[in-house]
Amino acid sequence: MIEVRNVWKEYGEQVVLERVNLKIEEGEFCSMVGASGCGKSTFLRLLLGQERATRGEIFLDGKPLPGEPDAHRGVVFQRYSVFEHLSVMGNVLLGFELPQAKFFGRLFGARRRAARDDAVAMLERVGLGTVLDKYPQQLSGGMQQRLAIAQALVMRPRVLLLDEPFGALDPGIRKDMHDLLLKLWRESGLTIFMVTHDLKEGFTLGSRVLVFDKVRIDPQAPGAYGARITYNIPLDHGGASAAARASANSVAQSAAQSAINRTGRAVAARSIRSEAPT
Amino acid sequence: MLLLLPFIVLVVVYFTSSSLRLAVNPEDKLLPSATQMGNAVKEFAFTEDKRTGEYLLWRDTEASLKRLAIGLVVSAALALVVGIATGTIPLIGAVLSPFIKVVSMIPPLSVLPILFIVFGLDELSKVVLIVVGITPMIIRDLQQRTREIPSELWVKAQTLGATSWTLILRMIVPQLLPRLLIAMRLSLGSAWLFLIAAEAIASTDGLGYRIFLVRRYLAMDVILPYVMWITLLAWLIDEALRRLTRWAFPWYVGAQ
Repeated sequence: MIEVRNVWKEYGEQVVLERVNLKIEEGEFCSMVGASGCGKSTFLRLLLGQERATRGEIFLDGKPLPGEPDAHRGVVFQRYSVFEHLSVMGNVLLGFELPQAKFFGRLFGARRRAARDDAVAMLERVGLGTVLDKYPQQLSGGMQQRLAIAQALVMRPRVLLLDEPFGALDPGIRKDMHDLLLKLWRESGLTIFMVTHDLKEGFTLGSRVLVFDKVRIDPQAPGAYGARITYNIPLDHGGASAAARASANSVAQSAAQSAINRTGRAVAARSIRSEAPT
Repeated sequence: MLLLLPFIVLVVVYFTSSSLRLAVNPEDKLLPSATQMGNAVKEFAFTEDKRTGEYLLWRDTEASLKRLAIGLVVSAALALVVGIATGTIPLIGAVLSPFIKVVSMIPPLSVLPILFIVFGLDELSKVVLIVVGITPMIIRDLQQRTREIPSELWVKAQTLGATSWTLILRMIVPQLLPRLLIAMRLSLGSAWLFLIAAEAIASTDGLGYRIFLVRRYLAMDVILPYVMWITLLAWLIDEALRRLTRWAFPWYVGAQ
């Protein structure tokens, strides 16, 4: 459903991604992990259409991906994902109003009531049924992210893109959010791409883990080579016995961890070098 | 209660000095007593003017507030449109921003003669002076605020199906309105300055006109109450705008 063909992303001299090839079927939950600065967020922005690939192409349902963000792709960022000037209700309603009312951006009368009912149903699914009239400022971080997810889901996007959505949340709340996200994913059959720093989170949630890593590192020119997807690990959360599953997954996880540590060291070494006086 | 202390000190110092001077010379005009000021207020606010049959203070207040209000509203509307256009659309911003920056450097009072020549000596030139004086600053503020809206929100709006137009209508304008009110509050002081300057130079009514008129007779007993009245009005407008911001935009954190 999503196909990435030989994608490169460069910023001037700096190569961030090189030769990224990927084929993802509908309904997959892809966790994207890797050391910081290895291009996983860049890759997400390419999928989102916020940035364009320098070389190569990305196809959605066989057609080239539009170069601008649109209603086919939902997104939740770590911060600034909801509109602070709109109430919880208003934030979700916006997803009905903008596509339907091209001039005023607002719905009135019967269409508004219908949209309201749908919005309430969605907000109840994410557990925000009791705070419809509150503003985001009055909500906790976890509730704001629930709202952002609800807002993205009412658009019925083909792909949901999550950029470290739970990075700023407390561990306890994060667990609740994981359960919610898995529930919504199973119910809707959505295709999800999630960037995360937290390897464990990536392995718990994903049906597939993509590890981003630099294969080649030139110590004299740190920007000369970019990262690729070095591991593409399908995870089995059902079927086999829980123990076998857990052990298989943990083997994969430690492989990914060592890959990340290696890049992490390289990145650290690079930054030390670049800070040294010349 | 401590916040009242400076005011009390000021009043005590003033009336002590006043009574000392008046004891030496009962004709002294520099520091009028409370009775003298009270009489002046009675004459200007509660007695019909012999020549025009009007109550001068109220007529002056009405004339000044009208000019101030028109000036503020026109500036706000203009600034909102230009600020959003230059902040949102890169091409317009690239063309107009340097120009606005230069225009905002022109001392507004230096163009007052031009305004008098172009727009005549009546109402229009005074309103235009206020607009010329405060709009560039508000534009630059709003432009900056527009650019400060996180890029995440622009992307989010696009993924919700916004077009450029609905994005401005449903995201940028609502997010900027409280900031516009705050910018208006900050430029209130300048607005009063330009209003009083314009009235002082060419006018037949208005609070600024009156204090500069009675200056000829050293009428401190009129000037001081007028200044206090202007201060009170300025404070009331500021307070009203503050409450409006809080009431209309409860989500806005900066609306203290």
